[in-house]
Amino acid sequence: LSAAPEMPTEDGRPKWDNKFQYILSCIGFAVGLGNVWRFPYLCQIHGGGAFLIPYFIALLFEGIPLLHLELALGQYLRKGSIGAWNTISPYLGGVGVGSWMVSILVSLYYNTVLTWVMWYFINSFQEPLPWSVCPLNENRTGFNEECYESTAVNYFWYRKTLNITPDIAESGKLQWWLILCLAACWLIVYLCTIRGIETTGKAIYVTAIFPYLVLTIFLIQGLTLPGATEGLIYLFTPNLNTLKNPRVWLDAATQIFFSLSLAFGGLIAFASYNPTKNDCEKDAVTVAIVNSMTSLYASIPVFSVLGFKATTAYWDCLDRNIINIINEFDLPEESIMRQNYTSWISFLNSSYPEKIAGLKLKSCDLQEFLDQSVSGTGLAFIVFTQAIILMPGSQAWAILFFIMLFSLGLSSMFGNIEGVFTPLLELQIIPKSAPKELISGIICLISFLIALSFTLGSGSYWIDIFDRYAGSVPLLVIAFFEVIGVVYIYKIKRFSKDVEWMTGRKLNLYWQITWKFISPLLLLIVFMAFVTLQMQKTPSYTAWNPKYEGFPMKEEKVYPPWVQAVCVLLAALPCVCVPLVALFHLVKRKRRSKDPSFVPPEVFSCQGANS
Amino acid sequence: MLRALLLTLSVVAIAHAELCKPDAQNAFKVRISIKTALGDNAYAWDANEEYLFKAMVAFAMRRYSSKRTTQISNVLLCNVTDRVSFWFVVTDSSKNVTTVPGNEVEAAIRMNRNRINNAFLLSDKTLQFLKITSTLSPPVEPSTPVWLIVFGVVLCLIVAGIVFLIVSGIQKHKKKNKDSTERENLEEKVEVTLENGIPCEALDLKPGHINGVFAADDERFTSL
Repeated sequence: LSAAPEMPTEDGRPKWDNKFQYILSCIGFAVGLGNVWRFPYLCQIHGGGAFLIPYFIALLFEGIPLLHLELALGQYLRKGSIGAWNTISPYLGGVGVGSWMVSILVSLYYNTVLTWVMWYFINSFQEPLPWSVCPLNENRTGFNEECYESTAVNYFWYRKTLNITPDIAESGKLQWWLILCLAACWLIVYLCTIRGIETTGKAIYVTAIFPYLVLTIFLIQGLTLPGATEGLIYLFTPNLNTLKNPRVWLDAATQIFFSLSLAFGGLIAFASYNPTKNDCEKDAVTVAIVNSMTSLYASIPVFSVLGFKATTAYWDCLDRNIINIINEFDLPEESIMRQNYTSWISFLNSSYPEKIAGLKLKSCDLQEFLDQSVSGTGLAFIVFTQAIILMPGSQAWAILFFIMLFSLGLSSMFGNIEGVFTPLLELQIIPKSAPKELISGIICLISFLIALSFTLGSGSYWIDIFDRYAGSVPLLVIAFFEVIGVVYIYKIKRFSKDVEWMTGRKLNLYWQITWKFISPLLLLIVFMAFVTLQMQKTPSYTAWNPKYEGFPMKEEKVYPPWVQAVCVLLAALPCVCVPLVALFHLVKRKRRSKDPSFVPPEVFSCQGANS
Repeated sequence: MLRALLLTLSVVAIAHAELCKPDAQNAFKVRISIKTALGDNAYAWDANEEYLFKAMVAFAMRRYSSKRTTQISNVLLCNVTDRVSFWFVVTDSSKNVTTVPGNEVEAAIRMNRNRINNAFLLSDKTLQFLKITSTLSPPVEPSTPVWLIVFGVVLCLIVAGIVFLIVSGIQKHKKKNKDSTERENLEEKVEVTLENGIPCEALDLKPGHINGVFAADDERFTSL
């Protein structure tokens, strides 16, 4: 018996002002920092345009089906993640609890990344930009040693921003400037989520649309920079040989999965505020395609700027060599230009080989500079900031860039917070009379206090750990159980009927096949491959240690055992919720069935007058 | 007479050649990059510029130590290349055929580096005295860091927004309470409110009963 339940139209649940707000919120949640600083990097290291093939295959067989599943689930059951999974089956309630825990863990560290973005933003109003010059040392005869040996940009990031310790075991002190920025960030999150989707729905108009404006501005500006075309050609030239490497397929699958922000519970929460008769199928396809298109669109300015930076570095390398040669041989200025450099070098090498060898000239290769690939915070805070210094009007570009990063991250934070907030409201721990403003305030305050630990000297090492362990494996596990739970426990026939009732048309065969077989299988393979790859080497990290011999290269260190235990805990805790809750309910049922005076509880609770 | 003159001149020339040569004692190498500094407005390095250079060095020596009476002829230049680079020494006229100690020359140049640079429209980087380090100027630091000011502005905006939202929320809540009490009073007096065509009193608004027909509550839960 699967009759459509009587859904009262006025059940007091908040709703979106209009459909556009909902779509924009989902897009904003999915489109985040990873679209800007992870996708271009993957394109670069995995054979350029060829990477798009596994990427779109993964989108088709993994991304879109899972997205549709989550949106349909939330929309039909009209509950957050914990409530929804409890409704599907109390044994699957652990899936919801796991999502909720992951959302909490990710919110904690994600906002700290936004803190760094804010710190750079407020420092962009200075002339000259503080990461463009090295500070002087004590007796003003030269530059600060740490800065001189690495670069000014590196120094500003590692010393002036993070004040990083050389080892994760050394916690260092709390950095007061980061605490200020962290407080500001959590206040902004509080401001935007103060009344749930009522306020995020308004804020999302700005935070979701603004990044596209800035990306367009950067696109136009980036294409005018010298060396932009080299960068773009380098990015998009397909190298089909890389497709033979299974690592490429794994990276494509994980990128799609994490990029769409699946299994956080945030999408379920967003969809639960929809009217039930809404076309979730079209929504899912729209959101997924916009997300992927955004990744592609963002990679164009990123690579124009990277090409510009590589070309400038190459020219600098040449110029340095030229100056050395001119000084050594006392040749007139501008006798050797970049164009005739190679002919001069060969001539001088044949006539004065010892002198040339004594100069210790660096070999300048444009390809080598283009090959330097960075992703993540390194891309935004080191590589891009260096490129911005070289552009005319650097303050304006820096300000625009960091506001864009902040909006991208903030709209993803809304989804994370909603994934924490909505289930809490339904769990009946909180009295109904408590105003929403208070609840969201308490959530933000507690998160701020816990996140203070990320402002320590070793904070960025911990954020890496959270990113690698809390924000990766648990999501795959939860998504797997999501699909299995809906398809095999709730039964796909029933779910198809529900979706049909919502969208008004029969479920396409594509959804049936992907939900039943392809997506779970893909998730299983991805999970196995991911875990195997992680286990192959002992977890290690690279530390910034000025006393290291190879400085400015980062020192490769292994995590101490207690840190490794924390890593395992972070990855295992959300996953272990799934069997734990199932076990709990099993034990409860067994104990109840043994009790002869058991009266079945009231299972029907009417919310209003039944018509 | 002529022979004596020639002899003195040659002695002086040889003496000068002895004093000013690359890597001589108390000699300094100078490297000038005019094209890099001035681009299209670059001037050519000729004998006049060399004269100016000698004059500036003499000026620097005079300013540094007031008891010295260094003349332009005391400054010797040699080995001028196309780069443009050359070596120079400062001779001491009071003592025969000796050069002023290097550290004095260095101190004099350091003291007057700015004047020398400006005379040639160059900078520390384009008029290089190898072996003489220049004092770097510290970057300008405002009394309050700029970022703190920007942070203050941002924080004020955020706090203002939060206060506004909280206050408007409280006001809305109060208004809703007032409206609902007003509505209740109104309802009691005026009309019977209807819900789906049925008067409210007739409806049993208690939360739900168990319908005996649906005794099989197992179907509520999905089968395992």
